[in-house]
Amino acid sequence: MHTPIISVEGLSKRYLLRQQQAARYTALRDVIAENVRGLFRTAPPRMRTSEFMALNEVSFQVNAGERVGIIGRNGAGKSTLLKILSRITEPSKGRVVLEGRVASLLEVGTGFHQELTGRENIYLNGAILGMSRAEISRKFDEIVAFAEVERFLDTPVKRYSSGMYVRLAFAVAAHLEPEILIVDEVLAVGDAAFQRKCLGKMQEISAGAGRTILFVSHNMGAIRTFCERCILLDGGQVRADGPTDRVLPLYFGGGHRGGKDGVEVSARPLDPSGEWHAGTTMAIEVRWPPGRYAPGWQADIACYTLDGHKLFALQSHTMRNFDTPLQNSTGVRFDVVNPGLVDQEVRVDVGIKPSAYVAYDVLIEQALTFTPGNKGIEENRLGDVLLVPHASCTALY
Amino acid sequence: MTKKHRIVLEAGTVDRHYWRDLWTYRGLFGFLAWRDILVRYKQTAIGIAWSAIRPLLTLAMMAFLGWLFESKVPGDVPRLLLVGAATLPWTFFSTAFSEASNSLIANSNLLTKVYFPRLIVPASTVIVCLVDFLISFIILVVLMLAYRFTPDVRLLLLPLFLLLALVTAMGSGLLVAALNVKYRDFRFLVPFIVQFGLYASPVAFTSADIFGNERIPQALKFIYALNPMVGVIDGFRWCILGGSSPLYLPAFLLSIGISLLLLVVGVRYFRSTERGFADVI
Repeated sequence: MHTPIISVEGLSKRYLLRQQQAARYTALRDVIAENVRGLFRTAPPRMRTSEFMALNEVSFQVNAGERVGIIGRNGAGKSTLLKILSRITEPSKGRVVLEGRVASLLEVGTGFHQELTGRENIYLNGAILGMSRAEISRKFDEIVAFAEVERFLDTPVKRYSSGMYVRLAFAVAAHLEPEILIVDEVLAVGDAAFQRKCLGKMQEISAGAGRTILFVSHNMGAIRTFCERCILLDGGQVRADGPTDRVLPLYFGGGHRGGKDGVEVSARPLDPSGEWHAGTTMAIEVRWPPGRYAPGWQADIACYTLDGHKLFALQSHTMRNFDTPLQNSTGVRFDVVNPGLVDQEVRVDVGIKPSAYVAYDVLIEQALTFTPGNKGIEENRLGDVLLVPHASCTALY
Repeated sequence: MTKKHRIVLEAGTVDRHYWRDLWTYRGLFGFLAWRDILVRYKQTAIGIAWSAIRPLLTLAMMAFLGWLFESKVPGDVPRLLLVGAATLPWTFFSTAFSEASNSLIANSNLLTKVYFPRLIVPASTVIVCLVDFLISFIILVVLMLAYRFTPDVRLLLLPLFLLLALVTAMGSGLLVAALNVKYRDFRFLVPFIVQFGLYASPVAFTSADIFGNERIPQALKFIYALNPMVGVIDGFRWCILGGSSPLYLPAFLLSIGISLLLLVVGVRYFRSTERGFADVI
């Protein structure tokens, strides 16, 4: 019988948002002024704050040795959850019991000091992550070999290339030996080969020593290969918790909705798996109120990586077999075949204009975000092939 | 299998294992201090000599002021030695206090990304300043040799007063460091406190100048004795210069009391706000 190594019950985290002031810290002057004003006033002071529940009644349990992926869109509460589990911030409500030592890696290279050499930073970073001096000394050679920075050990890290820096930072963290390892989106850095190496190392840690790993990533390929179980967070609550292949479709399938100014945008993968694998089709629908646009309208969609590289764009009026001067349309549907995008999250912008050569009437940036699946893609592959996808366009009535 | 650690996280509960944790993280304490010492004088031409030059300049200035305003020198003690015995603890306190106050903010990237008892950060800063103090102590040794001044057996009590200086710096540093996280006003207040403190502490003058002066009203003398650095500096002089620098016992005890109070208040306030640091910093 397993006893849970992590149990989380009714965990909530409330943040107060200040409405008017942008500053994150209060000035003493304001506090004094507020209190002085309070002396001459009988009514309670007007609330200028509103509450935000970053986590709302989250409960789950993790058994020793499990590798659990925490997934969800930006703002779903993943980072807050990790911060509470790592004891950086305290919960507003609820209870967490951790049966073991916790090490968390929320950022690569926390506490690295620019002026110190690689060697010095290994010791410093190790200590910050909770290793003892003896432990670091014992693993020193292994860390250096893993990071591939032997030649630059006595160079200040401020002269390192960003790749070297990241490799060194991850290498230290990868040699931690806690019972529970908490890892936030740290694989987003480094090149593909190094990412694979890191994943391999984490797998080794978990399989070899039976350690429990909580892993947050937007890289669904990594989640799929690494975690047998996933917890899907949405709006601070657990939306799904179960085997990875059951939870991922919910992540891919649900929530692809956006809109602005009466225009609604939604996306739906047509593949039965509920994912947008390479070669399968995603139906992206853009709908507007009837009668809004006269014949001659144009709808465009553009797809970007999250760091802003344009992948492709489709314009309704340039699409084959598509007749724009249609009467009474209430929308348009693009069927886009995945041209080979895998793993990384992409965003779709949508723009509609009443006719050619005018500005967009409605422009929705980041109308949708989704992550193409990676079924059937080998782990060793060339970079993403970016071609104009096969796509078609249909007017909706 | 390693021995079981069990951590329970709940809203608003006091960490029962805080002091045990502090012990577990003693390695980090050392590393942070070591980092600050290493980094402190990187890319400076004269390096560690700065830790002696700063108090030396203060010493020269204060001795000059004391001479200018005819502060009395007790017995046959050379003025430079009299002022030196005060400048060193003062410099220690002022750097430790101001750097500890700023330490949490300077390390905010650590605070928001890793857990450790936050007390480690300001504490290690104070230790770094202690190292500086020990280096600058050479100044005093050189002065004693130059004036062929032999201290008596009371010098052995000096570590006790160094501890008192440490307590004062730590207490006030912790208090202001925690306040600084939320109220950045202290960033502007601290340099002022330090500047003001130099003139409110017996560095250029001696406590005899204050207590022996009938022109100064009793209330002002009382306020003067509230300054915890009065006790520290008088203690230093008493140990180093011997009988020619007497202690004013009631004022001295009051001053020590304030130091201890500062430590208690500092630690308690720090502990009570510590868990929220990551949310407000």
